[in-house]
Amino acid sequence: MRDATGMSRRNLLGWIGKTAGLAAMYQAMDSLAFAAESNYDASFSLSGAPKGAKVLVLGAGLAGMTAAFELRKAGYEVKVLEYNNKAGGRCWTLRGGDNYIELGGAIQNCNFDKDLYLNPGPWRIPYHHHAVLSYCKRFGVKLEPFVQVNYNALLHSSKAFGGKPQSIRAVQADYQGHIAELLGKCVNQHALDQAISLEDREKLLESLRAWGALDRGDTYTKSLESSLRRGFSVDAGGGLMPIAEHSEVMDRKALIDSGLWKYLIDGQSYEFQPSIFQPVGGMDMIAQAFAQQVGDVILYNARVTRIQQDKNGVKVTWTNTKGSVDSQTETADWCVCTLPLSILSQIPTDVSAPMKAAIRSVPYAASVKVGLQFKRRFWEEDEHIYGGISYTDLPIAKISYPSTGYSNIGKGVLLGAYAWGPNAYEFTAMSPEERVRKSVEYGSQIHKQYAQEFDNGIAVSWHRVPWTNGCYGLWSEETRALHYNTLCQIDGRIVLAGEHASYIPAWQEGAILSALDAIKRLHSHIVSSQSNI
Amino acid sequence: MIDNFTLISVALGAGLLAMPAVADSQLTFSVDRHFNEKSGEDLYHAICQDCHMSQAQGAQGAGTYPALTENPKLAAAAYPIFMVANGLGGMPSFKAYLDDDQIATVVNYVRGNFGNHYPDVVSALDVKEISHR
Repeated sequence: MRDATGMSRRNLLGWIGKTAGLAAMYQAMDSLAFAAESNYDASFSLSGAPKGAKVLVLGAGLAGMTAAFELRKAGYEVKVLEYNNKAGGRCWTLRGGDNYIELGGAIQNCNFDKDLYLNPGPWRIPYHHHAVLSYCKRFGVKLEPFVQVNYNALLHSSKAFGGKPQSIRAVQADYQGHIAELLGKCVNQHALDQAISLEDREKLLESLRAWGALDRGDTYTKSLESSLRRGFSVDAGGGLMPIAEHSEVMDRKALIDSGLWKYLIDGQSYEFQPSIFQPVGGMDMIAQAFAQQVGDVILYNARVTRIQQDKNGVKVTWTNTKGSVDSQTETADWCVCTLPLSILSQIPTDVSAPMKAAIRSVPYAASVKVGLQFKRRFWEEDEHIYGGISYTDLPIAKISYPSTGYSNIGKGVLLGAYAWGPNAYEFTAMSPEERVRKSVEYGSQIHKQYAQEFDNGIAVSWHRVPWTNGCYGLWSEETRALHYNTLCQIDGRIVLAGEHASYIPAWQEGAILSALDAIKRLHSHIVSSQSNI
Repeated sequence: MIDNFTLISVALGAGLLAMPAVADSQLTFSVDRHFNEKSGEDLYHAICQDCHMSQAQGAQGAGTYPALTENPKLAAAAYPIFMVANGLGGMPSFKAYLDDDQIATVVNYVRGNFGNHYPDVVSALDVKEISHR
């Protein structure tokens, strides 16, 4: 992956590592790893399956169901084995009345009110995830905007501004304004005379005044210009109401020292830029829509224990998690295996040694989400925050307000923690009740209403999710170079698919594109090996 | 028909409630994207127990988290050092989040507890040979 400047990802990461330290480098890696875009072909369609050819699909997540749907359309006989008692895999929504048993046995009953939910896994769909959007359209899944950036949401550092959260609006305006003023000074003090011509210096100054909301003296200060960006201390009104008052800007040094600026880029990155969507009613509306298409060929509660193949076909051994412990088998001509590598790496599987090594090369990330129900939507009623995400340096990392149901009377559910890295491991180590308790405790530092208004919560730690043993496949540049191409090959009669077999890890788009690419290659392999006979 | 998984889960859940190895209130959060825990016990209960569980008993769903109790794979210290430092299978590498001292400490803790009685103790230098840093 190269950016426009020709700097390779490796060089960039090396540079970040040297200048900002290892921790920053890993953070950048987390982000860069996600930065690939979709290659969806809207006209995708397979046809001409050999008569009677049977494909067994393992896993009824979005990758598995995409494969099942498209292969069946092509004329294959298809069957899907799924561990859970419902379809979707990580495309999952928790609602009131659901209960969830994590690994280790802790049971959580979701006590959310009607129509309130938590998406423990994927929760948003960028406008350039064409494959997901295309299937949503085809299957009638209703979408609504996901509010990624809310200028009135909060940025919080426990070590800055006395722990008082600042609005994204003010941080954005002040950061931009102060930077514009500084750069303007550089120009006016002739620091850039060598770099740009006199004419260009004038143009740059003009752009800095506009971009930074500088006043006539080229300074960023309390003024009409700055208040039009960061808001007023007294808003304009009607009639004889008080007249508007400009707001104080933050001190430049305090703002830069706070580190709050680092959260501003989240919503500006390609994968989170608006427009970005969510399915109305919860992410699993997509899973349900797929299941309407292929549910009749899914065998639920099937735990795969052995995958065998020879020159004649594949044989998969499984046990029924809700019934007899006796093993059963399913045979087919071909197999599309979408099981997470964290699971597949433990199942005896007849594949080549390089494929085995590839399957074992991908660790699974830790991630935790906590949904909190409150007695009222205080973030809207008291703080005028409608959707969007607040960021904090506390272990909860983020608070995301629902992008739906605005101004509804009654209870509301927000995302009270979304942790990665060490804090995600530490959350996972706690009981679910403690994860919820800690989320409320930390969130109280940002919204004082938490203590009074908290109702109930539910916590999902992805390393404890019984059907994935982790959040997503965590490739490194090195493991990709060594194993990725092998992982995507057709190995005898088996091909793998899922987000782990994509360059868009952790995203549903990666799962679907991976499935489409795998079955396209498998289908042409099947057809061509037929004609060779 | 018996719901095996649920039964096992409920039994485990009840057992854990009755006998927590480390109370929730003793668990803490690290700052700066590096684990701050120092002792083997604290490291185990902040990290390893996520998957291997609080009594190192492991867990089973669609896949398995191996039990570390009386585990012969721990006999050669290099194996758990490699697993913690580099990861393998679904297990993540912890090199970015733990220094060699912490890896040695937690490996010693696991090899000396949960029914494991390996007498040799590893040091940060032993870890360095595998972590290559």
